[in-house]
Amino acid sequence: MNITVDEAKCCGAGQCVLVAPDVFDQRDEDGIVVLLDATPEAGLHAAVRDAATICPAAAIQVHE
Amino acid sequence: MSAARQRIAVIGASAAGLAAAEGLRRLGWDGVITLVGDEPHPPYDRPPLSKQVLSGAWPPERTTLRDPGRLAALGLDLRLGTRAVAYDPALRHVTLDDGERTVLECAGVVAATGVRARTLPGTEGVEGVHVLRTLRDALALRRRLAEPGRRLAVVGSGVLGAEVAAAARGLGHRVALVGAQDTPMERVLGREVGALLAEVHRAHGVTLYPGRTVTAIAADGGRARGVELADGTFVEADDVLVAIGSEPAVDWLRGPAAPDLSDGLGCDRYCAAAPGLYGAGDVARWYHPGLGRHIRIEHRMNAGEQGLAAARNLLAELDGERFGERRPFEPVPYFWSDQYDLKLHAYGVLAGAVRTEVLRLGEDPLRLAALYGGPDRVTGVLGIGLTPRQARSLRPLAAGPGTWEEAVARLGETVAA
Ligand SMILES: Cc1cc2nc3c(=O)[nH]c(=O)nc-3n(C[C@H](O)[C@H](O)[C@H](O)COP(=O)(O)OP(=O)(O)OC[C@H]3O[C@@H](n4cnc5c(N)ncnc54)[C@H](O)[C@@H]3O)c2cc1C
Ligand code: SF4
Repeated sequence: MNITVDEAKCCGAGQCVLVAPDVFDQRDEDGIVVLLDATPEAGLHAAVRDAATICPAAAIQVHE
Repeated sequence: MSAARQRIAVIGASAAGLAAAEGLRRLGWDGVITLVGDEPHPPYDRPPLSKQVLSGAWPPERTTLRDPGRLAALGLDLRLGTRAVAYDPALRHVTLDDGERTVLECAGVVAATGVRARTLPGTEGVEGVHVLRTLRDALALRRRLAEPGRRLAVVGSGVLGAEVAAAARGLGHRVALVGAQDTPMERVLGREVGALLAEVHRAHGVTLYPGRTVTAIAADGGRARGVELADGTFVEADDVLVAIGSEPAVDWLRGPAAPDLSDGLGCDRYCAAAPGLYGAGDVARWYHPGLGRHIRIEHRMNAGEQGLAAARNLLAELDGERFGERRPFEPVPYFWSDQYDLKLHAYGVLAGAVRTEVLRLGEDPLRLAALYGGPDRVTGVLGIGLTPRQARSLRPLAAGPGTWEEAVARLGETVAA
């Protein structure tokens, strides 16, 4: 799994951080998503896929 | 299950429908997934329509939810420009208006048809009268606002009206915001925070007409020239945006054995409206166990979450052994809104609150955290001008079991932390 994020789309909702805190964080100033781990271990894949589906700005792309 | 039954149809090809289709595939459904959408475009996102698309910051393609490759990888039977016109709950048949009235035999159906913009009667075909729900609507309004120096009257001061007023001011147009409420977004934010928002709009040069209803849109030769208000005021305008709410798109579900369609598709705690029929997104009114009542949410975040939940529960109903048990859908709703450089974040349910507690954070009146709910519990929290971390730290106050007094006591320390 390889993850990319589109910072310009992100609306700072932080839902990805709630769902997969080991993979996503947010910048303090503006809340834009910070990718902590672009190639997370298998145990995190389900949470990452959930995060990509529910991200309200469709800012998370998962390549498998 | 017979071979012909190995199909799940998802009706509505937008945020909730796409999330459902994606969820079905991801959870292991290897049968057919037919995704039906009456708009010609592949799934796209609506929140940017009143923000980046209207302002011209984004080309329309940017709103596409999944690039063609990723959409193709889902292996969908994608039917765009096609409307579902009937549903037979006993047979689980969906009828499509595709020139041949194709009937789809389904094992299950996810209804994700969203809502439609409400219009003012008698304004059909009047040039310069707009609604804003679809990409097509947004581009039509955008074309008008691309010319400088227009006068825009926005009818309706809810979230959509307030956002469009802000975007149009950003483009330098003269903007009037007419609303039956006394302050913008009052139904959601309440009067106190609404009054702050009214000040922001005034400071940016929007002319507010609060507490006023529109009696007619005046037109000359089929072209809008302004709006008439009940108190006799006439607001001149080149364009009028009607943003007075929406109606759930449930026509295709009507029929003798139809499920409850009062205010959207009535669903239970699992998002099920009938055996084999699940609802998701703006169209679905479901029983939220935590709130102890039915609720219908028109927020982008909920569309994705509920699409996924409906997919999961439909699969569990069809084949529990393989897909496990159904789970109640019990989210903490979330929404955001952008106006000027303000960002509003809200968790939980704000609308209908009987009490609010607004905590101002320093000098700037637009840095605040607020609790909504009552009489004894908090149902929602709002943050304006907070860092995202602060806003997110408020979430447990909306979701937690504590009393109103406990939440008020914790509010200060939560944002200070
Ligand atoms: C301009 C605008 C700005 C917004 N901004 C925000 C925001 O800032 N924050 C936020 O949280 N939310 C926002 N929202 C709300 C958010 O966009 C919605 O909650 C979300 O789009 C709901 O998704 P949905 O898939 O349930 O419904 P929809 O997006 O409405 O999609 C339903 C789809 O089904 C199609 N359809 C309808 N009937 C049929 C039929 N019979 N057959 C086939 N297809 C059919 C429709 O044409 C549509 O394509 C905004 C909405 C708009 C319009
Ligand atoms: S959920 Fe999406 S919009 Fe929200 S912070 Fe994460 S990437 Fe950004």
